[in-house]
Amino acid sequence: MKEDINPPVRNIEEEYHINIGPQHPSTHGVLRLVASLKGETVTSLKPHCGYIHRGIEKMCEKDTYPQVIHLTDRMDYLSAHINNHVVCLLVEKALEVDVPERVQYIRTIMDELTRIASHQLWWGCFGMDMGGQTCLLYGMRDREKILDAFEESCGSRLLHSYYTPGGLMKDIHPNFQKKVKDFIKYFRKKIHDYDCILTGNVIMQERTKGVGILTKEEAIDYGVTGPTGRASGFSCDVRKRYPYGVYDRVGFKEILGTKGDTFERYMMRMLEMRESMNIIEQLIDNIPAGDYTAKMKAVLKLPAGEYYQRVESARGELGVYVVSDGNKSPYRMKFRSPNFSNLSALDHICRGFKIADLIAISGSLDFVIPDIDR
Amino acid sequence: MKSFFKYFTGIFYGVKSLLSGLSVTGKYFFSPGAIVTQQYPENRKKLEMFDRFKGEVVMPHDEKNHHRCTGCGICGNSCPNGSIEIIQDKIDTPDGKKERIIGKHIYHLSMCTFCGLCIKSCPSNALAWGQEFEHAVFDRSKLTKILNKPGSSISKDIAE
Repeated sequence: MKEDINPPVRNIEEEYHINIGPQHPSTHGVLRLVASLKGETVTSLKPHCGYIHRGIEKMCEKDTYPQVIHLTDRMDYLSAHINNHVVCLLVEKALEVDVPERVQYIRTIMDELTRIASHQLWWGCFGMDMGGQTCLLYGMRDREKILDAFEESCGSRLLHSYYTPGGLMKDIHPNFQKKVKDFIKYFRKKIHDYDCILTGNVIMQERTKGVGILTKEEAIDYGVTGPTGRASGFSCDVRKRYPYGVYDRVGFKEILGTKGDTFERYMMRMLEMRESMNIIEQLIDNIPAGDYTAKMKAVLKLPAGEYYQRVESARGELGVYVVSDGNKSPYRMKFRSPNFSNLSALDHICRGFKIADLIAISGSLDFVIPDIDR
Repeated sequence: MKSFFKYFTGIFYGVKSLLSGLSVTGKYFFSPGAIVTQQYPENRKKLEMFDRFKGEVVMPHDEKNHHRCTGCGICGNSCPNGSIEIIQDKIDTPDGKKERIIGKHIYHLSMCTFCGLCIKSCPSNALAWGQEFEHAVFDRSKLTKILNKPGSSISKDIAE
């Protein structure tokens, strides 16, 4: 399937350039990809970022640390809880605050629910990119259950701003545990439907197996993390390697692939949803009693110095680097977003494949564009 | 012969996989009870939001038109977007002193990102989340709201 696209002399006049985006349904946002084609084969691909750049890192420099949290929601809006978590962990680490056990349990559960919700939406969008519109409806329908549980406890469905440095905005709602347990019971049945309708589908398998191969070495070179990196066999799960929350107290597998093609990346996320449900089941009945927030000062001032904290978001390793000069707002804040690194590998992955495969490949990398541009 | 056999098993498994997908969609086609779509504009009279739902910031008033806001301005300082403005008034108290009270608590809904920091930071619990969510208006100026009602005053247990 893969064609040799490196003839000794590259004839530029024979190449044909096509713009995909910024307004294209299968780039899932305002990402512009300029593809150079020879016939139907992609010879190179240039991503053009910046259409949704809002300067979040610069805005953080004038905000106090509690105010930064609501901006991180808006980077990778499909894993908002996890984005909040990384800033909270950093502030708690810098101030050496002990967070109550209850908060850590709730945060871990919320993070895993976010991961499931994000993968459900991704599954729907991926199915729709491949031409199966039913998938989107099913993915959205099941995601709704999680969003309802979020709405009851956090007050909003997408941009929660639920974590604060030292704890949570509010305690979980009394119905939360029941809702989550109901959801897991429900979704264990429904994920079987997902497999019937898309995973086993012969058209989908033919279009994804052996397409868009990323080897382990290349994944490490490009800094590709998350399910995309793990599909290539790169063991990069931050939850296992640098545990935070209560991940060191729950048993779960790090799911690793071998081939690194589009189908493997698809399977990683399908298996991760099951693994996330296992994590939640271990925690949901054992939430210890206690406060939902630690005692924090009214104005948080980080001691002067440099700090780094990483978490595993639904798309890969999310890091935040802060330089503090001892004031109430950071001197410099930098987010290492997973999507930006994953995007850098796209050019390499899709070379030599057809333009129709490009949509499947970019779908399997699971881009959230506001996270790329920030 | 081998490729011939492979060709036909491929077709067989392909058709089988398509049928298993069709069986899922067919199941929903014949059981309309499993459809979960909300008929939103029609059901808005019955629609109830969760009690923690973040619709807009409101200032609850009791039946005597008393609120709990002292006009200290902490909510405005903790807001990341500057969507809260406080205009203070000075009044003469009966014992001849001058006292600052809230004049206008201006809330720009158009700038609000619903982070909830104002409500969390308020020392006298004067602010709360409202359940209203249909915010579309024809004029942008309608999104600037004055939260303390005209003629209202501070509740006595806060003032003391």
